[in-house]
Order: sequence, then structure tokens, then C-alpha cells
Amino acid sequence: MSKKPFLAVENLFKYFPIFSRGIFLKKQVGLIHAVDGISFSVNKGTTFGLVGESGCGKTSTARAILHLDPPTSGSIYLEDEEIGEVFKSKNRAEILKLRRKMQYVFQNPYASLDPRMTVADIIMEPLMIHKHVPKNKWHDKLYELLELVGLEDYHAERYPHEFSGGQRQRVCIARALAVEPQLLIADEPVASLDVSVRAQILNLLQELQQKLSITYLYISHDLSTVRHICHRVAVMYLGQFVEIAETEELFSSPQHPYTQALLSSIPVPDPEAKRSRIILPGEVPSPINPPSGCRFQPRCIYAKEHKCVENKPKLVNVGNGHLVACNKVS
Amino acid sequence: MAPKEILKIENLKTYFDTWAGIVKAVDGVSLDVREGETLGLVGESGSGKSVTALSILGIVPRPGKIIDGKITYKGENLLEKTESDLQKIRGKEIGYIFQDPATSLNPVFTIANQMTEVIRRHQNVTKKEALEKAIELLRLAEIPDPEIKIWNFPHQLSGGMKQRIAVARALSCQPSLLLADEPTTNLDVTIQAQILQLMKNLKEKLGMSMILITHDMGVVAGVADRITVLYAGRVCETADTRTIFYNPKHPYTIALLIAVPSLALRREKLAVIPGTIPNLIEPPSGCRFHPRCEYAKAECAKEIPPLEEIEPGHFVACILASEIDMKSPLEAKANE
Repeated sequence: MSKKPFLAVENLFKYFPIFSRGIFLKKQVGLIHAVDGISFSVNKGTTFGLVGESGCGKTSTARAILHLDPPTSGSIYLEDEEIGEVFKSKNRAEILKLRRKMQYVFQNPYASLDPRMTVADIIMEPLMIHKHVPKNKWHDKLYELLELVGLEDYHAERYPHEFSGGQRQRVCIARALAVEPQLLIADEPVASLDVSVRAQILNLLQELQQKLSITYLYISHDLSTVRHICHRVAVMYLGQFVEIAETEELFSSPQHPYTQALLSSIPVPDPEAKRSRIILPGEVPSPINPPSGCRFQPRCIYAKEHKCVENKPKLVNVGNGHLVACNKVS
Repeated sequence: MAPKEILKIENLKTYFDTWAGIVKAVDGVSLDVREGETLGLVGESGSGKSVTALSILGIVPRPGKIIDGKITYKGENLLEKTESDLQKIRGKEIGYIFQDPATSLNPVFTIANQMTEVIRRHQNVTKKEALEKAIELLRLAEIPDPEIKIWNFPHQLSGGMKQRIAVARALSCQPSLLLADEPTTNLDVTIQAQILQLMKNLKEKLGMSMILITHDMGVVAGVADRITVLYAGRVCETADTRTIFYNPKHPYTIALLIAVPSLALRREKLAVIPGTIPNLIEPPSGCRFHPRCEYAKAECAKEIPPLEEIEPGHFVACILASEIDMKSPLEAKANE
């Protein structure tokens, strides 16, 4: 690894405090371990996938990277800048400069667009804030962005409710691209869309990456879209990574029992496919009191023979940059 | 030879009269469910899957109305029945699992309360017997410690547990037909696998028929015996599961198979169905899929294509079905 990664996250922790009920004497009674010490890096112009079930900390990770929820501890480097330092400096110009580099596409295009603004207002708002385009060029930029995401000029005067889900997601992408970001965090961008429209948005994201060489952090619970769009994938379980690998490697030879179960439980659209589903017993434990040792141990069939209750596995490189956190493998 | 039909829907039309115009949510749907089989009802949002299921039980929300058609259940037309007769069928003869377990359970009652309500309504049992029955059902649905869990409120349970309770409740009077409306859409994949397995086991154990409503071709591939594909309120294609996947004849069915990113078939670029689902107030003339169909000809916009049987048990509503040679992506893969 001679090249410096574009985005590097080191030992990121994000805990949310839980308070007792009542108006007076609010006491902290616990901590939700949303993200529990994860590290990864993303190279420029590639797509890094974060996969996991609901509540495993995917979105918390993304929000911590953007400092929408500042991380509890850990450092995040975007190129050479440490993001936490910039935010601590409280220098507005510096923070805006950083915000221009990274943008977020939210999960639900029905909730993330202001219903009282036209598409033109929505897309031009970032231009107003960042002032990186002179005022007389705003409209040119608007039409350029609309064209980029496959919308027509006349759409600019419309309101979000006049659009379908897929078109709304295009508007969200155009808004994110307005500031010419280098990193785009896409949080389940196609989860709320219909299958026939999903393909359009996934193709759009890929085209934009080729055209503008943007780096993506792609968050999803849907492994089949992840396989389609990502170069490298991390599987998350209860706030920690269980496995990181190149996409093909992960899908062809998953090492961690959780990844194996996750892959086997995706319904295959082929009635004659061999179905050797690994059905996991139980459910994801609470992140308030995560299990001791390996987090996956209460649901894992190998837990007994490898004493996973006591031994906490570390991420180990098994070759080709394929990292696995499992006592069975190491 | 063919097994007996338990439910037959003919030319069902359910319209919603709104201020913007009449929404033709279901516009001439015909399908049938045979005894002991699982029928997969596949379509995107707004294709009329749920409204079809709600129409069967006569619980279409206002302003929806069944305009025309015939729903025959065990030889009787459900649309001619009175409300009190229908109440004897709902829950007892036909069970229903709703899409979202979080909203289909009442948050202010315990599970015990909600389970025994159904049992006592349809069966002549005492409170105590009903409770025992309910616990037995929860055990059948593989809920750990049912004696304790039954006294919980819905908010104390996880999504997967709630859906198990919804399954148990729908099965409480041993219905002959189960309508499952996207039962796993809101669940994680590992939990989805658990629930699908559970439903499959219970269906075999109790010998029910089932209509499984879903938008996920992967789910129906593993569970359904036959599949009906809906688009914009009309049936595109009905056939057994293997035929739908390996020998589909309707361009929309094929498009659905191609557009889904799948683990089995990796492609550089996803094939795209252009455009979006049509407005159901003024649906496209003729075949409703023609504005998005790559094979469309001028005739397609003129007449609504009838649902024709092109080979035994394989019904297609496309005038070009026999002319154009359409390949299933699975077939292409098998030939490689």
C-alpha cells in the first residue's frame, strides 16, 4: 500500500448515552455501543461498502465521519486533514471547505427534500451557502446538474411531491453534487425505491463515479446491490467489523460465520438454485450490553469449540487484504 | 386432474374514487389458488397486490370499492355475502398477515389479549382454554418462553418476534387460506430467512393454501408453487414458478428478472426498465406496459391484450408473446 488512502478511519467509537426517565435528576443509566472501534480506509475513486443488519451501526459510522454526530473517539483523515481537528477549531471557513468535500445522500428521498422548495431552490441552496460559483452562473450550474443526473430543464420549477421516488433520489444526488464533493456517502440510496427504478439509480451512481471520479461510501443491508456497485466491502455486526475484503473475494469465499449466514439467507431469484440456507438462531443482541468475547458468539455454531465467550477475536489478515475477526479462522 | 381450486378471482375491479379522479387500483384481475399450494403475487408498489388481497376479505379501505368481478371461495361468491357472514370467514377461514408487524398489533393490549380475541371470536372456548391455545400457537411459531412472552406488549418485542406473533395469530383458527402481504419486507435478511422457513413449515403442517404477496423475485422463487405477475392493476402472466423464471413470455416479467441485481448473475451494468410506473387515474391505453416496453408496436397501444393460455397452465397478457423470442436471463446463464 504505497498510495495514501483518500479516507482513513482509525479506531472510531460512537457511544450514545441513555438517560433515566423523568424531568429532574436525569441520570445516565447506560451507553449504546453503536460503533465500537472500527478502522478502514478507502482509496480515491473507489466505492467502499458497509453492510449489516439494522442497528449494527452503519448509519452511525457515516454520521460520525461527517461530524453530524461527532464521534466519541477516534480519528478520521480525509486526505491529510484530520476532520475532528477542523471541527474543533471552530473556524467557519475551514469547516465549510471541509463540508464541500463530503456530501450525504439520505435513505429516504421522501423525507430529505423540503416540500415547500422547488427543485431549483433545493439544488441552488448549497451554491448560496458555499459561494464557490459566481451568482450569475448559478442557473447554468443548475441545468448542468439536472442534466448530469438525467432530469430535464423543466423539472427545475417543480416541487418534490410532483416527482416519483426515483426522480426524487436524482434530485438528492444533484443537490449533493452541487458543491463538487470528492466523497459521497450514500446511505441506503435505493432501499425505498421500486425494483425497476433501483437499477436506474445504481447505474447513475456508477456513471457519475466514472465521470467525476468521486469516492463513495455505500451503506446498505442489501448484499446484492453491494456486490454490484462496491469495490471493497466491510461486514458490520453490532458496531464492529467482522470481515473486510475485496467484493469478489468476500462473495466467493466468505470466512466469517456471520458473513456466510448473511450470504446464504439472501433469496436467490432462481427456483432451481440450491438452497443451503444457514438459518441463524435468535436475533441481534442489544448494543447496550453487548455479549462478551466475540459479539457474534451467542448465535454462532462454532462458539463452543473455540471458547469465543472468553476470547475476543481481532481482525486478522488472511491474505489479499482480506481481514477476518473470528477465532475459528485465526 | 388438476387439484381443486380453493379461491378463484374473476375480472376483479376495485376502484378508488378520489378528488383527483378514479384510481383504477385493480382493473380486471383474474387468478386462482389451488388447494395446498402457494401462489406468489408479484409486482411493484402500486400494482394492485395488496388491494387484491384486501378485496378478497372485503376490507378495502374507503373510498375504495369493488366495482365488478367475482371472488369464489370454496364455491361461494364472497362479494354476495353480508357483512356478518364475511366476519365469520375473516380470521377463521382466511387468515391475513399484514406487511408491517409494528402497526398491525395494537400497542395498548398485551399479546395474550390480541391472540385470545381471535380465538374466542371464532371458537366456542373459555378464556382459559383460549389462553392455553394461544400459548400453544406461540410455541408452534417458535417463540422462546411463550408463557412469559404472551404477557408482553408489542413494543417489548423485536420486529421478528412481532411478525412471528402475527403469523401465530393468523393461524389461530386453522384457516384454509392464508394471505401474507409482504410478510418479510421490513425484516433483516437473516430474520427474513427464519420467518420464510417458519411459514413454509407451518403451511405444510397445517395443509393450508397461501397467497404470498411480495415484490421480491428471490422470495417467491424459494416459496411459491405458482406465480402471478401484476403490473398497474392487471395480470401480466401466470404460470408455475419454474416457467416464470425459465420461460417467461411477458416483457415485464423478463424486465423484472433482469433489472434486479442478483448474486447469481453478475453484470457490469444493470439493464434498466425506462420510465416509471404509470399513473392509475389515466393508465396508458391498450397494454399498460407498452410505454416502457422495448418490444412495443403500434397495436399495443390500441387494445388491452387478453390473458391467453399459450400452453397448459401458462397465461400471458401480451399480443406479441408468440411472435418475439424472449430469453430469460436464467436460461442464458444455463447455456453458458
